[in-house]
Amino acid sequence: MVLLGINNLINNLPFLFEGLGVTILLTLISVALATLFGILLAMGRCYGRQPLPFIIYIYEKVFRGLPLLVIFFLIYFGLSQQGIHLKAFYAAVIGLVLHSTAYQIQIFRSAISAVPDGQKTAAMSLGMSKLKTIYYIITPQVLRFSIPGWSNEFTILLKDSSIAFSIGVVELMARGDAINSMNPEGILYVLLFIAFLYFILVFSINRGLNYLEKRYRISGYAATSVR
Amino acid sequence: MHMLEVKEIHKSYGSCEVLKGISFTVDKDETKVIIGTSGTGKSTLLKCINQIDPPDKGEVWLDGEELTNLSTDMNRIRQKIGFVFQDFNLFNHLTALQNVSIGLEKVKKIEKEKAKARAFDELKNVGLEKQAGQYPAQLSGGQKQRVGIARALAMDPVIILFDEPTSALDPELIGDVLDVMKSLAGKVAMLIVTHEMGFARNVADEIIFMEGGNIIESGSPEKMFNNANKERTREFLGRISCLYGKE
Repeated sequence: MVLLGINNLINNLPFLFEGLGVTILLTLISVALATLFGILLAMGRCYGRQPLPFIIYIYEKVFRGLPLLVIFFLIYFGLSQQGIHLKAFYAAVIGLVLHSTAYQIQIFRSAISAVPDGQKTAAMSLGMSKLKTIYYIITPQVLRFSIPGWSNEFTILLKDSSIAFSIGVVELMARGDAINSMNPEGILYVLLFIAFLYFILVFSINRGLNYLEKRYRISGYAATSVR
Repeated sequence: MHMLEVKEIHKSYGSCEVLKGISFTVDKDETKVIIGTSGTGKSTLLKCINQIDPPDKGEVWLDGEELTNLSTDMNRIRQKIGFVFQDFNLFNHLTALQNVSIGLEKVKKIEKEKAKARAFDELKNVGLEKQAGQYPAQLSGGQKQRVGIARALAMDPVIILFDEPTSALDPELIGDVLDVMKSLAGKVAMLIVTHEMGFARNVADEIIFMEGGNIIESGSPEKMFNNANKERTREFLGRISCLYGKE
């Protein structure tokens, strides 16, 4: 039984690694877009003129209130009925970005409010425009403040990407499911291996970002890490 | 023509009128000190001058340009008006040197190397060349404030506004900051809100006493300290001199 399972796993390794590739691609594209939109919308919410902050607020509330699975189905099956046929992979990217952006706005917004008001006043008093102030003074501090929350969101998005198998994206989890239906012998080992791969990815992301946080820590300013 | 002219400034927050028609002038290289109890609108007045918090009514003129006119490009004007804050407001993510050079690089568009050299000179002038590479969080209050002054000076302002520059400092550190400010007297115009009566007495060309959003009285230190016209001025100066010393 054990041998059979391990044999099954080894035979399917290339198949699984292809899926891992899809998972990584899906995660990286989604996290990059969601971060970009998250920063821009957080800035819009903090510094924009009404009704912009209100519209962003509504967006945030709506998409933080919907399960990811519902968003995926709406985009993939719902839009398809309206004649908009998206490839499953792109539907998954859109779903993940819509979902994660809503959370990332919160992360960056709290980081923005952690920057003291006086920083802006001082920058403007030097003759900086509002845009220069945001670019040279506010953003560098916001990015540092947001690393812990953002790295959390990054790993959540990676794990959430497994839900994309429900609309037929053949990423890592979907391949496990496929192996299960074709050859259920010793599927436990295959699933454990998949779990292991996710864990390794999350672990390395956390490690990498931890390093970044330390590397760019402002001496004597950031909170000291508690372990 | 005066360099800075403040005419009938009014400012309210909600129903609370903080400034009730303030007028005064500052000439080139002149030092004026504004004194008065807390909450009388002294800090608000400074923010009304550089339009960080524009007044509701009244006019501010600098070098023949009306700053209160909405079409005036304040980003250009603010380069000429230095501002030194009570709580320093140094940029937390930049070293002392970068704090001083960033305005030169990003606002005045001076080459990076030249800006750094100039910034280093300014730090040297306030006695902080050794701290150039340190971040604000690693500096003492007095050092932070001197970086704040260097940052303002690097922009070659025609006037510097000081908003209680020593109020957040330990008594021991106040002297260093005041020494730097004294060394500037007569070289650049200064408008200083402070409770340091000894400093006001020795350095000011004129002292303005504010209370309740109005200017109660103004005059030379000699007149204000020795024979002020208003009873209230004498009372205030008498009490505060006891507290802060006559030097």
